[in-house]
Amino acid sequence: MDKKYYENLGETLYSGTLENGLTVYVIPKVGYEKKYAFFATSYGGADRRFQLDGTWQDTPAGIAHFLEHKLFDTETGNALADLAANGASPNAFTSFEMTAYHFECTEGFEENLKTLLDFVSIPYFTEESVAKEQGIIGQEINMIEDSPGYVAFFNLLKGLYGTHPVRDSIAGTIESIEQITAQTLYNLHRAFYRPSNMVLCVAGDVDPERVLELARELLPKDFHEPPVKDHGPSDTVPVIKAKTEISMAVSQPMFLCGTRVPPGEKGMAYLQQELTGSLAIQYLAGKSAPLYLRLYDEGLISNDFSCGFMSGGSFAFTEFSGESRDPDCVLAEIRAEVAAILTGGIDEARFIRLKKATLGQRIRALDSMENLCCDQIASHFRGANALDSLGILADVTSQDVQEFIAQHLQAEQFALSVVTP
Amino acid sequence: MQAPSRKEIAPFVFLTHLQTNKFKTATLRLSLLTQLDRDTAAKTALLPRVLLRGTESHPDMESIARALDELYGAEIEQKIVKKGEIQCLNLSASFVDDSCLPGEDGILPEVTALLGEILLRPAREGGKLKAVYVESEREKLLDEIRGRINNKDLYAIGRLVEQMCDGEAFSVFRLGSEQEAEEIDAEALTAHYEELLATSPIEIFYSGAVPLEQVEQALETAFKTLPRTEPDLDLGTDVRMNSLEENPRYFTEELDVTQGKLSLGFRLGAAMEEPDYVALRLFHYIYGGSVNSKLFLNVRERLSLCYYATSILEEHKGLLLVASGIEFEKYDEAKAEILAQLEAMQKGEITDQEFGWGKKTLMSDLRMLCDEQAQLEDFYLNQTLLGEDSDIDALIAAVERVEKAEIIEIAKELQLDAVYFLTGEEAE
Repeated sequence: MDKKYYENLGETLYSGTLENGLTVYVIPKVGYEKKYAFFATSYGGADRRFQLDGTWQDTPAGIAHFLEHKLFDTETGNALADLAANGASPNAFTSFEMTAYHFECTEGFEENLKTLLDFVSIPYFTEESVAKEQGIIGQEINMIEDSPGYVAFFNLLKGLYGTHPVRDSIAGTIESIEQITAQTLYNLHRAFYRPSNMVLCVAGDVDPERVLELARELLPKDFHEPPVKDHGPSDTVPVIKAKTEISMAVSQPMFLCGTRVPPGEKGMAYLQQELTGSLAIQYLAGKSAPLYLRLYDEGLISNDFSCGFMSGGSFAFTEFSGESRDPDCVLAEIRAEVAAILTGGIDEARFIRLKKATLGQRIRALDSMENLCCDQIASHFRGANALDSLGILADVTSQDVQEFIAQHLQAEQFALSVVTP
Repeated sequence: MQAPSRKEIAPFVFLTHLQTNKFKTATLRLSLLTQLDRDTAAKTALLPRVLLRGTESHPDMESIARALDELYGAEIEQKIVKKGEIQCLNLSASFVDDSCLPGEDGILPEVTALLGEILLRPAREGGKLKAVYVESEREKLLDEIRGRINNKDLYAIGRLVEQMCDGEAFSVFRLGSEQEAEEIDAEALTAHYEELLATSPIEIFYSGAVPLEQVEQALETAFKTLPRTEPDLDLGTDVRMNSLEENPRYFTEELDVTQGKLSLGFRLGAAMEEPDYVALRLFHYIYGGSVNSKLFLNVRERLSLCYYATSILEEHKGLLLVASGIEFEKYDEAKAEILAQLEAMQKGEITDQEFGWGKKTLMSDLRMLCDEQAQLEDFYLNQTLLGEDSDIDALIAAVERVEKAEIIEIAKELQLDAVYFLTGEEAE
């Protein structure tokens, strides 16, 4: 395996690619009791249209998530129970652009890793189990549609995106998942769970070569080209719907607002955009920004206010959220602050301080194996190594941040989503 | 993992020092301990929020935030924790470990100084804590107290405890009551603040690469003006071993909910006379505290009687609580099955597999503690309050030695004291 030592971080990244196209990463964490494995495919809720063996296929919303649930079934039982019985804590999630299966454990790591590689690569679906799952996921959909945060989030995305499937719930709808059969799941598994479309990332006190060897031993040997995805044409208007309001059982109005950002190029450009975007949002509205403190003082937001820059492979957006008695006023203040920054420029001293804080916070985040693996896999799918990110922090200038704000945070680019009591 | 050292560095100020090179983060937590009391709980809860609004040299949040950014994005957070009948006011700093800042002097002394300033030199006005900060944070505290009802799982357990332990200090919510909070003004809070500073025993926890002497020195400088006049030496939790009445008490509440919440409260009986906390934890893991527990595998998985069913061990107070989410009409069945699983344990029906799973999971969780600083902090505070001094390795070895008979004995001691059911509103 290739070995890269990051002196600035005190971390080492081992990487290797198997003949079947699978990429394997190992990040040794000496002295830790816990071992963490993360096996993911570049296939998420927003990957609905794709080309395989020359044919384009369209699929309904919610399939990637459905497949995630069903994949734990094995011919002899359930992999979740097997892992738990062997002392591991397993879990899985489906995001817009990946489906990931992971576990942590202190003992029996190899056995658990074998179970993980096996159940994810060997599907077992029956019509009965698919029908039963339609009921279970149907209930889950009802529950999340009752959740104000979830509804507010997708109303924002629907306000920002007209065509990109990121506007649809990852779980799908009761109607969309009704179309799923065992055969659909087998087809999608064959398309997206081929090793060339997947990554295995392990952190902990483990032998990197042994991890690679196990993956080679247990996974299919042949290489097949990964499918080509299509997310539809880019939106041309600044926003699809400037304001969406809905009434639900909340004690105070809840809001999300944000802007759509064209996704960056792959590789280092992706890391650059992610850093620049994060710094821009923190400069504008982070906990030490004058805007945040003004809103807090005026009682317009509380400690639960948060903001950030989400960058997927095929989409990106900025996001500001919290509870407020007057969400319109919060958005007006954000817009006014943007205007003030664009006229008055960036306060260099504050920008340098912000970079210092970002450096410290990201160094501290390396203590979490879950973060490490998750970031490494997400950046791999965009042609980059997450650990390279801090090396280029010094190169991001106040000019870059000002440009990001000028391009992506103009008044007319904002959409607002509100849930009122 | 190496065991930490514990030392009294000032009257009733104890430092637990865990030296480790494992993490890139260092943590320093101050915990002021006070007796949980209906008349003061909200004031204790409001205090750290006000302290974080401004100090003498950092008069507002912007100035504090700027100082934290300069310290490589250090964070200082407050949290109120209830441990039995002790209310803990925590101020915790997390920051880049000095070992990860090459070519620089460490930032530990500065972080410690800022923490000391926040605790000891708050922004004042006419001698009192600033009224505008007190009022603004009081409203935010009230929002949080009222917001309890938003999380129905926690709400149901909270309401069980409130009614089951009525008349005991343990019934007080960790953030106090709305009634008390509404009355707080700057004068009352200032008086309470000064009393806490003078009387609360303080537990400090440090984990990071810096050796004891240097941590001690930083603390000494930062906290030299801490007044220590009349420490409260009687802090503790009153353990009631038996149920209040001969038969369990039943409480029902109606709210606009789609899922019912069934909670059961047990006293631990004679198991609390000379408690063996390791055996108690193992009992809890086997009964309902893990994914291979009897409640999870039988009540949830096999019989599908609930969405979740889990046990919660309150080892300070000597309670075992069961929390579950059910369909309204499954109430009788679910309650019967939760009790049947306990009866099975009382009769000795614990398979070797169940016993082995419980041990394995408990040992694994103890090992994983060593990888999480926040959990280590909490673990050692618990040990101190329980008067236990075993380190993690010793506890893992002790788990290995527990015998099935001890678990059966504990099961026999449990006394059902109260049952709480949160159900939907009667359809008109």
